Amino acid sequence: MTNSTETKQALLASPLIRQYGGIVISLIILCLVFSSISPRFLAFNNFMNIMQQVAVIAVAAYGMTYVILLGDIDLSVGSIIAVAGMVAAQAFSMGFGFAPTVLITLAAGAIMGGLNGVLSAKLMLPSFIVTVATMGIYRGAVSLPTNGAPASIENETWLAIGSESWLGLPIIIWIVIALFAINHVVLSRTIFGRRAYLAGGNREAAIYSGIRVDRLKIIIFMISGIMAAISGILLSSRLSSAQTNAGMGYELDAIAAVVLGGTSLAGGVGTMVGTILGALIIGVINNGMNMLAVPYFYQLIFKGIVILFAVWLDVRSKSMRA
Amino acid sequence: MTVSSNAPVLEIKDVAKTFGPVTALKRMNLSVRSGRVHTLLGENGAGKSTLMKILVGLFQPTSGSITLRGEPYAPRNPIEAKALGLSIVFQELSLCRNLSVAENILATHEPNRFGFINERDLNAQAAQIVQDLGLPVNVRTKVGDLSIAQRQLVEIAKGLSRPADVVILDEPTSSLSDSEAEILFTIIERLKAKGTAIIYISHRMEEIMRISDDITVIRDGSFVATTEKQDTSIEGLIALMVGREMKDIYPPRLVERPSSAVAPVLAVENLSEEGRFEDVSLDVRPGEVVGLFGLIGSGRSDVMKALFGFGQPAGTIRLNGNPVHLRSPADAIRHGIAFVTENRKEEGLVLQHSVERNINMVALGQLAGQFGFTRPARERAAAKTEVLRLAIKTASIETPAGSLSGGNQQKIVIAKWLQTQPKILILDEPTRGVDVGAKFEIYRIIRELAAAGTAILMVSSELPEVLGLSDRLVIMHSTRVAKVLDAQGVSPETVMTYAAGIHQ
Repeated sequence: MTNSTETKQALLASPLIRQYGGIVISLIILCLVFSSISPRFLAFNNFMNIMQQVAVIAVAAYGMTYVILLGDIDLSVGSIIAVAGMVAAQAFSMGFGFAPTVLITLAAGAIMGGLNGVLSAKLMLPSFIVTVATMGIYRGAVSLPTNGAPASIENETWLAIGSESWLGLPIIIWIVIALFAINHVVLSRTIFGRRAYLAGGNREAAIYSGIRVDRLKIIIFMISGIMAAISGILLSSRLSSAQTNAGMGYELDAIAAVVLGGTSLAGGVGTMVGTILGALIIGVINNGMNMLAVPYFYQLIFKGIVILFAVWLDVRSKSMRA
Repeated sequence: MTVSSNAPVLEIKDVAKTFGPVTALKRMNLSVRSGRVHTLLGENGAGKSTLMKILVGLFQPTSGSITLRGEPYAPRNPIEAKALGLSIVFQELSLCRNLSVAENILATHEPNRFGFINERDLNAQAAQIVQDLGLPVNVRTKVGDLSIAQRQLVEIAKGLSRPADVVILDEPTSSLSDSEAEILFTIIERLKAKGTAIIYISHRMEEIMRISDDITVIRDGSFVATTEKQDTSIEGLIALMVGREMKDIYPPRLVERPSSAVAPVLAVENLSEEGRFEDVSLDVRPGEVVGLFGLIGSGRSDVMKALFGFGQPAGTIRLNGNPVHLRSPADAIRHGIAFVTENRKEEGLVLQHSVERNINMVALGQLAGQFGFTRPARERAAAKTEVLRLAIKTASIETPAGSLSGGNQQKIVIAKWLQTQPKILILDEPTRGVDVGAKFEIYRIIRELAAAGTAILMVSSELPEVLGLSDRLVIMHSTRVAKVLDAQGVSPETVMTYAAGIHQ
């Protein structure tokens, strides 16, 4: 056996590289391509840009990771993002302060997510169907207070989230990092996270092992709702308003980020590290193509191809291991 | 006719199969004669599956030759194998749950016109096949609505739906009760009379001795010996198979059985559930092994499930004398009950997860530290302890559970329950689809647990196993307890008469 194949095997044997090798290579290739075309791409400021743009998707994708890990799907997060913004705008107009409004918004997310979970777990409906329905219901509900008009938000603390920095980093990025740390620890180091893996890997076996799968599902959908509500806070802060069409289609970007990150749609396998990397890929694609002034419809086509390619790479590397 | 019917129809000479550096088959020789049942015997991993996959065209042999009716035989896929006259009935169920029995039996050769299936012909043809085989199944029923045993019978019908010179039956009785196995044995007799050669794979020694004509033992990928049935014995075969003498299949009990004065830890009084079981009473003492025996449909599996918190049975369940209400498996586990389920792949394991994660699946909460955080070092240590204690053969505790052999997977399921240190252990078919070596070890574990004071309630369709391990027997017949017996010195015939409802 030659030296190079030995190193190759040693590299492949390292679990980190096996797990994230494909997606990191995809990310590097994308960065190289964009920076060779546009030198501005690699500037530190642009990196900040990408992170800010990625934030809304990444936070929603954190919640989506639990859901997909369980073998379910949540298509209503885009709508929840919009409802969250509108709830905040209404709360402010009723005279609530910053902290109460944050709590009300998160509660709204928890209720909407919890409703998804209850409908799916207790009525035994597939989550795909439930969240297709609630996606429409929540989207329609956004327009109820204003009859479809946007509502502006003027609370300064709220607006600071999307515009101010702390210790040289935009606050929005701190939030993405903090939420990543929390969700990563919850998923990889707690009983709750482990139960999500087990129930997603084999629901029957989990039930026979004493895991209350229904309750777990409701909690997980609540987490997804809360994460989507936080996304809604970030988005409405950056837009200084609640828009009725905010977050439209974001559920698909969030799902793509999770799947790009190696989480199996069949459930039972996946990580938060993968999800943040997946979200970065989507952010890099969006940012790079905006910078190159690629028309929107080309962006859609290109993004679709990249997702197919990255997932194929991932599946291939995993089957080679087996 | 008699002379030619005993001529070899399938001959395998010096067949070897390697996968890269791994040798799965070293040197296989097999001569299968028509009109005879040829049993292939070997521990899991001995090379039986590889050989079967070569015969149906899923693998190509690396070297050696195979002839069928004197002609070179080298199918490229199962469909080609079937066309050449070789059918296989797989042990793993290969049926579509959402399709009817008829649709499954005639899958891939449905009666059709321009691709449109003729529903009436389909049902008629399938009904004919089912009737010829004497199966008690309605061909319009969805497979998903059938019991596992009935599904296995349908699987057999599917394998026999076209005439074949050689039929391979891969552990066909592993999910059948004795009465359903009888149906299968009748089918086998009929096939033999027609001159079909049968390659039979099973781990059940009693049935092998009963239906085989020739027996070939293989070990570590190599042919060991072929004998005619009358020239051998169970002990002789086991010795050939494991390469060592195995004196007693059922290990002796380690301590005296508990006296009848000891108060039972589990007592069930007049437990009933509409349409599933009626008026069931039984008790288990600490350190006692109680065998629950009954044919499929006797309600024994439903009783087990009720004791594990499924369903809403009427009646009383007492633990240490106190009545309890078990609302869920989580509830039952909290009360010290463990349940080794019948189907390890469906209800036991998360196959893609590591051995470690599977072993710690139930005891997760007990192993965790404060605030619900897991403690990886403690989990690893716990998993390693169980791997050593139960002699689980695995490369490491990181290995996915799905890549282990059936016997070792079963030990993982047992390990995950032992982690909770149960007071009551319910075992449903603990040795199903497990090779002789692993069976012996599972028996040893059961003995050790009983010696340590665990109350054990065991269901098994293998009568010798129930008789060999139990202190007392609870025999069920058509949803009721037919008889409670001391297991000492009871003959299998007595047990069967109660189970079949002949004895009143």
